[in-house]
Amino acid sequence: MKFTLSWLYDHLDTQATLAEICAALNQIGLEVESVENRGAALQPFLTARITQAVQHPNADRLRVCTVDAGPGFENVQVVCGAPNARAGIAVIFAPPGTYVPGLDITIKAGAIRGEKSGGMLCSLRELGIGEESNGIAELPDDTLPGESYADFAGLDDVVIDIAITPNRGDALGVRGIARDLAAAGLGTLRPWLAETVEGTFASPIEWAITYPEACPWILGRTIRGVRNGPSPEWLRRKLESIGLRPISALVDITNYFCFDLGRPLHVFDANKIAGSRLTVCHGGKESFLALDGKNYTVTSEDCVIADQAGVQSVAGIMGGEATGADDATTDVFVECALFDPVKVALSGRRLGLFSDSSYRFERGVDPALPVAALEAATRMIVDLCGGEASEVVSAGEQPAWQRTASLRFSRLQSLGGLAVPADESVALLEKLGFEVRSRDDLSVVVDVPSWRNDVAQSPILSQGTDVPPDIARVAAEGVAAIEAESDLVEEVLRLKGLDAVPAATLPPFSAVPGAALTPRLARTELARRMLATRGLTETVGFSFVSNEAARVFGGAPESLRLLNPIASDLDQMRPTPLVNLTEAVKTNSARGWADIGLFEIGPAFAEDGQQAIAAGVRAGHTQRYPGLASEPVSLWAAKADALELLRALGVNLDAITTTADAPGWYHPGRSGVLRQGPKLVVARFGELHPSLLQAQGIDTPVVAFEVLLDAVPEPKRRKKAAPQLSAFQPVRRDFAFVVGDDVPGENVLRAVRGADRQLVSAVSLFDVYKGPHVPQGQRSIGVEVTLQPMERSLTDAELEAVSERIVAAVSKATGAVLR
Amino acid sequence: MSDDLEVLRQDVVSELAGATDLRAWDAVRVATLGKSGRLTGLLKALGKMPPDERKARGVALNRLRDTLTQAVETRGRELEAAALQARLVAERVDVSLPPPATVQGYLHPISRTIEEMTAIFGAMGFGVAQGPDIETDWHNFSALNTPAHHPARTDHDTFYLPPQPGLDVTRVLRTQTSGVQIRTMLGQKPPLRIIAPGRTYRADHDATHSPMFHQCEGLVVGHDITLGHLKGCLIEFLRAFFGKPDLPVRFRSSYFPFTEPSLEVDIGWSRKTGDIGGGEDWLEVLGAGMVHARVLANCGLDPRVWQGFAFGMGIERLAMLKNGIPDLRSFYESDIRWLRHYGADPLAPALLHEGV
Repeated sequence: MKFTLSWLYDHLDTQATLAEICAALNQIGLEVESVENRGAALQPFLTARITQAVQHPNADRLRVCTVDAGPGFENVQVVCGAPNARAGIAVIFAPPGTYVPGLDITIKAGAIRGEKSGGMLCSLRELGIGEESNGIAELPDDTLPGESYADFAGLDDVVIDIAITPNRGDALGVRGIARDLAAAGLGTLRPWLAETVEGTFASPIEWAITYPEACPWILGRTIRGVRNGPSPEWLRRKLESIGLRPISALVDITNYFCFDLGRPLHVFDANKIAGSRLTVCHGGKESFLALDGKNYTVTSEDCVIADQAGVQSVAGIMGGEATGADDATTDVFVECALFDPVKVALSGRRLGLFSDSSYRFERGVDPALPVAALEAATRMIVDLCGGEASEVVSAGEQPAWQRTASLRFSRLQSLGGLAVPADESVALLEKLGFEVRSRDDLSVVVDVPSWRNDVAQSPILSQGTDVPPDIARVAAEGVAAIEAESDLVEEVLRLKGLDAVPAATLPPFSAVPGAALTPRLARTELARRMLATRGLTETVGFSFVSNEAARVFGGAPESLRLLNPIASDLDQMRPTPLVNLTEAVKTNSARGWADIGLFEIGPAFAEDGQQAIAAGVRAGHTQRYPGLASEPVSLWAAKADALELLRALGVNLDAITTTADAPGWYHPGRSGVLRQGPKLVVARFGELHPSLLQAQGIDTPVVAFEVLLDAVPEPKRRKKAAPQLSAFQPVRRDFAFVVGDDVPGENVLRAVRGADRQLVSAVSLFDVYKGPHVPQGQRSIGVEVTLQPMERSLTDAELEAVSERIVAAVSKATGAVLR
Repeated sequence: MSDDLEVLRQDVVSELAGATDLRAWDAVRVATLGKSGRLTGLLKALGKMPPDERKARGVALNRLRDTLTQAVETRGRELEAAALQARLVAERVDVSLPPPATVQGYLHPISRTIEEMTAIFGAMGFGVAQGPDIETDWHNFSALNTPAHHPARTDHDTFYLPPQPGLDVTRVLRTQTSGVQIRTMLGQKPPLRIIAPGRTYRADHDATHSPMFHQCEGLVVGHDITLGHLKGCLIEFLRAFFGKPDLPVRFRSSYFPFTEPSLEVDIGWSRKTGDIGGGEDWLEVLGAGMVHARVLANCGLDPRVWQGFAFGMGIERLAMLKNGIPDLRSFYESDIRWLRHYGADPLAPALLHEGV
């Protein structure tokens, strides 16, 4: 909401400085968004008069003028090229040193083609405030030289723009702002009384209401014999100063009251209304041409104002082209109504139609003001446009808006944290318009002023369906008992200023706080750090991706497609963070990164819910080094990432099995699924599918992993047994087994491990061989087995025996034979 | 000394001098002092000598043995030293070369910022709570005293999802993490002290808005929590977060449907330099207020018994201010250059005792 200082002074008698006013506005909840002083740049320009103008001796198009611009510039010679520069006219003079905004230059004294020139005569365009450029600006004949042009033109006003929160409909008029400032101690609110205009005839147009839920009360009156046309200077300037375009006196007057009192009005051209009755009613699926020049189709939910010909206005939002006032209007019908805030808001949203009027109705207008506002508007119309007013006609009645609220003074401290003396609290409320109904030492009961529809409303609750009814009822009673009181606490604190509330330290639960993170979240943090220490850099990708990309990565159900996406490629909830990571590989690879490692821990969405996935990608080739060739990223790195992550999450890797059935976005022969036990899938890894990379335009190898964090069970917190640290040397033995190609190598290692749980302390793979020395369809798997005796060194016979057990176990499990 | 012994001595000394590696040296040693070495032969022959000659000869041989043994050892040490020297020279490498590269990973500034917030609020007894990104409109709006027609909803630019099959519930991408507060109040008994950092979504996309961003909301509910505690808590947080014990903090009245009184919080900064804590200007950093009685009641809490405060702040915004990051959109662009520049070291988590 914009207003000017001078407009504020219409309602507020104050000596406060601009800075004090802004500080107070911020304090009381009317946040200052900007302060603009348009006049500041125009201060140096002076009003002046050309006393003499002669032809420049050396240039056909230039004139040498003598200018009187007041004290210090009584007799200045200025060379001017404007065709209208002539003796006798009043002009705008820029002395040397003046910055001219329209030209972006600073004036210097000098000579133009041999004639001295001590300044510049300006057009409004050069001042940056007008379009006119056909010569210099001519001021009225009676202009006195030497006045600052900013002051002369009334451009010395400061425009303040404040943000009005949705609860403060009363501050959507300059008067409401002035009232708040006065209550905050910045001066006195000037009295305002509407001057009444006696009606001299019965209005030929009447009201009727058939949609009382949307409009409880509506007033109007006819004024006949008006002359519409441009508004007077003061009114045009007022509207222009806050960014409104003056249209005609009748329209400007309605806009004036909209911003001055926060009171929307509408004027119909009475002669364009069909019949003698305007009805506030439900819309009927008809199209209507509004004053913004667009057609709107109103529904039966919308409240409209109709005459015999049909809809002429969407109630509280915008009038219609057909009955609008124009320069030919001689008889007007003025509307001043109360419309339901919710109905106006919903209609506006349904129709996509918003206005300064609907903005105010949505936030609630003063229900006690219509009579006075209509009188004031009538007075101004009669004053500015002439004419004769009818008696007031109305329909419906003023709704009961009277409410009381009570305040226990102790609540200022126990809720607001600030002990405010009772007398001061009451005085502050009274300044806001609250009237004391009764008072004792501990509390006060006040009447709420009509304009404060945000205070002491009847509470609307939306209690959770799983709250037990008796608990819900008690809680609801609690709201009814204290909500209005909280409203008053807020009002007092607002005016006192929240900076006055002393800061208090939260009482600690204990000197040493407990862990902020649940074990699950703490594990996630560990996972994050672990992946980064493995050389992967963390990214954050949007939770929505393109529908096509989601399809490639496993799913794009309709139920997870946004109804109103911001862009067509951001419309589907992602099935895995790999979608974003793959895109990141593409963009970083295109920027020339050869060795890419990225990960993200974030949500993945499926029809059965949301889960947290830690996903990572490695792409490109490792860096070369003396003795080390560059290698393409390997799926083993991705598998290692996944396994190390699982280990960090507390998973016993001995219990992890790998199966070769990864989903379709992986290379079918170079990918796997990690399972804990036979069923539970905890991770996937592998090379990304070549055709996926091709479709994405990625021409570098990419391996990836996804660890399903929510699937990983919470590790059991067990006290660790003391480790058995043997005093004896371990023995290492190599075995090579020939085994069928279709047997997972993992089974060989697992069988070795299981052959003697006491002695076998480690098994590692050192060789996989296929070739002429092993039969077709089989391969040799070489493993190194570490045997750790605990009691004494192994004898040859014992060593022999355990070796036989190992061979037998592997053979039994996999059909392998010792090579 | 007999002439033959002197000859032997001289021979051995010259042979040792001629031995330039350990192998040649060892040959001389064996040929002299070994089982069938020359000196050993002479010593063996001593027994066959007449007793009168034997004594003098024995003395001379023993002396010669000492001399030769010492000469052999000395030469051996010389040669070992020379061999070691030669090896050291041969093994020299150009240590000015760089080692093989190891790739360092970094944490995203959003993670880092959440970590810092968690550390600070954790010290004040807050726990971290989480909830789903897809919320019902009850959890996101209605429970928070924001009914469908509420003007505040138009500020939100909510993303909507189709209803789940069989369930007539409007689903939205959460515009705030307040749903987590609602779930906490419904599911736990006060006193409560939680923060809820997480992803939030609004249908807005320009230089200063992203359709997805992160918020950290907080909720405190107790018997005697006042607006003074709200101020104390947020002042302490902001000063710890920015590492400025004197950071100016200003509180302005405002309005949110879910709090009353509501307020906005500014910190001192310089518009010109971007310097936090310096300068004459104020910068809004978060919104807060005392939990609205209706919100408590919507979650089954009697506002005559329980009261508290709630707050919400933009994580990216605070990360940008603290780290001087100029552009919001860059957070989600996964540009490795940017991530390396603003990313955090995973081995330096936010620990209060090390400083956040």
